[in-house]
Amino acid sequence: MLRIILRRLAATIPVMLVVAVVVFLMLHLSNGDPAAVIAGDNATAEDIAQLRTSLGLDRPLLEQFVQWIWQLAHGDLGASIFNRVPVSTMIAQRVEPTLALTVLTMTIAVLLAIPLGVVSAWRVGTWVDHMIMALAVAAFSCPVFLIGYALVGQFSRTWKLLPVQGYTPLSEGLVPFLLHLALPAVSLGLIYTALLARMTRSTMLEVLGEDYIRTARAKGLGVVPVLLRHGLRNAAVPIVTTIGLGIALLIGGVVVAESVFAIPGIGRLTVEALQQRDYPVIQGVILVSSLVYVLVNLLIDLSYLLLDPRIRY
Amino acid sequence: MHSRRNILAGVSASALLASSIGQGRAQGKSQAGKIKTLKAVVHADIKILDPVWTTAYITQRHANLVYDTLFAPNSKFEPQPQMVESYTLSPDGLRYSFTLRPSLVFHDNQPVRPADCIASIKRWSARDPMGQLLATFMTDMAVVDDRTFSMTLKEPYGLVLDSLGKAGSPPYIMPERLAKTPANEQVTDPTGSGPFMFKKDEWRPGNRAVYMRHPGYVPRAEPPDYLSGGKIPKLDRLEWIYIPDNNTVLSALQAGEIDYFEAPPLDFIGMLRDSPDITVLTIDSLGVQGLIRPNTLFPPFDKYEGRQALLHLIDQAEYMGAVVGDASLYMPFCGAYFLCSSDNATEVGSEPMRKPDYAKAKALLAQAGYVAGQKIVVLQPTDRPQYNAATTVLISGLRKAGVTVDVQAADWSTITARRARRDPPDKGGWHLFITTQGGPDTAMPVSNVWFNSRCERANPGWACDPELEKLLTAWAREPDRAKRHAAIEEIQRRAYVSVPYVPFGQFFQPVAFRKNVTGVLKSGQPVYWNIDKS
Repeated sequence: MLRIILRRLAATIPVMLVVAVVVFLMLHLSNGDPAAVIAGDNATAEDIAQLRTSLGLDRPLLEQFVQWIWQLAHGDLGASIFNRVPVSTMIAQRVEPTLALTVLTMTIAVLLAIPLGVVSAWRVGTWVDHMIMALAVAAFSCPVFLIGYALVGQFSRTWKLLPVQGYTPLSEGLVPFLLHLALPAVSLGLIYTALLARMTRSTMLEVLGEDYIRTARAKGLGVVPVLLRHGLRNAAVPIVTTIGLGIALLIGGVVVAESVFAIPGIGRLTVEALQQRDYPVIQGVILVSSLVYVLVNLLIDLSYLLLDPRIRY
Repeated sequence: MHSRRNILAGVSASALLASSIGQGRAQGKSQAGKIKTLKAVVHADIKILDPVWTTAYITQRHANLVYDTLFAPNSKFEPQPQMVESYTLSPDGLRYSFTLRPSLVFHDNQPVRPADCIASIKRWSARDPMGQLLATFMTDMAVVDDRTFSMTLKEPYGLVLDSLGKAGSPPYIMPERLAKTPANEQVTDPTGSGPFMFKKDEWRPGNRAVYMRHPGYVPRAEPPDYLSGGKIPKLDRLEWIYIPDNNTVLSALQAGEIDYFEAPPLDFIGMLRDSPDITVLTIDSLGVQGLIRPNTLFPPFDKYEGRQALLHLIDQAEYMGAVVGDASLYMPFCGAYFLCSSDNATEVGSEPMRKPDYAKAKALLAQAGYVAGQKIVVLQPTDRPQYNAATTVLISGLRKAGVTVDVQAADWSTITARRARRDPPDKGGWHLFITTQGGPDTAMPVSNVWFNSRCERANPGWACDPELEKLLTAWAREPDRAKRHAAIEEIQRRAYVSVPYVPFGQFFQPVAFRKNVTGVLKSGQPVYWNIDKS
């Protein structure tokens, strides 16, 4: 197991290098100029040119790239062009809201989706199955912002039960923390619930058609042991993969939900940095997100070993 | 061992002691034990703290909180002493002497000294266009005593006080140690002597900026008037929140989660006015001017006729309908380069803009050398709704005049970078773009940056008219305000010949706040002194 982990971790180095090169080139070869944004709407071309020079943006691309890679090799993601705040600090400030939203969203999704998917597969072709799948399609088809605005309208503006926007860190109390995350987590959770429920249903349907399920039933096992012990366990690999990818996507930032609910997370950081061409921030966030993605995939792969002993790497 | 309670008690005791020292210290201290906090949603995220390094409006508003200025304009746009207690001008008009008010202190409790003012003026004049102009007239600044400094000029100059007390990007006074930073390097230490202190430890770029009342601030005794007079910080704490989604801000304001919305979208105004808990107030009597900027480097806009043709495409009602919508928020017609609601307003020369005449525009374009089929590159920012809407109207007008339009749609960041390029339009350059400006700086010929026609040294578009510049220089040299006012018509008449830009309308951006918020000043831009919250 340790050898597998080490081998996979070593394999992330070339992946990260490729990501670094691609991100750097894409950003620096695209249009836009942070100096023009900094100088402001009323700046002259001369002001902008002076700023470019003082920021070192007029140096050869290769020189800028080598300097960035050198910084990275020393564990330094650089600092924002705009406010000189280290990129690592900016990411650290945004990680907690994004992580909290991810955990809560996936908790809601898993708690709802797996029972719904299992029941739907068990009652396949009945009105229960049709109703669950219709709801799943509806939830999956609804844009997050639409669900978000609808929930805000009802729960915040009409019933005044939950706050409209913002984020309260866990350190300021569990109740305000949960109150602020409830609506965004439900908005996002509904979509992941739909996705996961459909995945659970289709995998369970496949498993429930297997010979060993028929054997288990023939032995006289009850519905619940058949579904959970023999069915769900064997359907776990694709479900865990979907959950893992969902977590990785959420950690990478959920721009729309973060914008609608004014949550200062990684997604908003990325979009704002992109709009202003804050190169070090964009590069840093994408690199860290890629690393998280790679690591989550590693964890998913490792979980296969536990879920299915037949799998070997 | 220090408990949190002990530390808080110590801090409270210090604050009480500080606030009790001397009369006239910042008033409006809230009831004991209750921190009076205002939550305001601002129009942009504050990313840069140095008002010299950037001209971004959000940084100017931050600077108004944390820095003080030597002079500030009143509601008649006349510069009034602010940090300055008194000043004198020598009979030959060549030497100003400024004496600072006593008890001015920076946030680090260091006294404000003349050396701080001199260093701040020098740094500002390296970047600001009006500062640069002032510097050309100045020979020297020197410390006279602990509270006084002098400024010596080469020749009399009529805009010394207007420059030091301009509404946008004035010389904000920083400690000398910070003001000595080169103007093209960013100052990141926000120590000033203004009514509020920036809490850098609570700053979360992209989310929140926090300001606390400066206990050592001594406001002037006069009542507040526009940006001048007593700046009384009545709030203990001010939170600037950045929320990118306007629908969310609207909901949060209606739910009482935020108190103040700095720039509600204009199509929300009707709804906000109908809300019983919310006040909508126009704090800027001058308003915002929309403008079309031609690139004078390339045909057909390198000729006067080409630029004059644009005047005949204008239907201001159509532009304002697309940009603003609500007729109560814009002027039916404004032909003044220096804003219709200002002292410098005149309609002289604006006759071609009264009614669109596409045939006349077509003829003038032909005179300027435009040939049918030649592509005119128009930059369209898709992420700025007002600019996007106005650009659509411009494109439609150009097409009606038989122009082939090459629309280059991009985000604002790309547009700002592209418009600074002097390349030919078909090689990454451009012909036309739209922007806006406002406030007292727009209302004055020498500080209206898009009016500046100094060729290479003008803003992108590089308007170039030596005759207009001659008129502006004469205007700036004139020390008599009445005579300056009389010269405006001549300046504007000339401007409508060379057309540095085309004003396509004037509109107003109100603010919205909860009914329990009082004391919001009509100061042209959101300021947070004098505001109270019950």
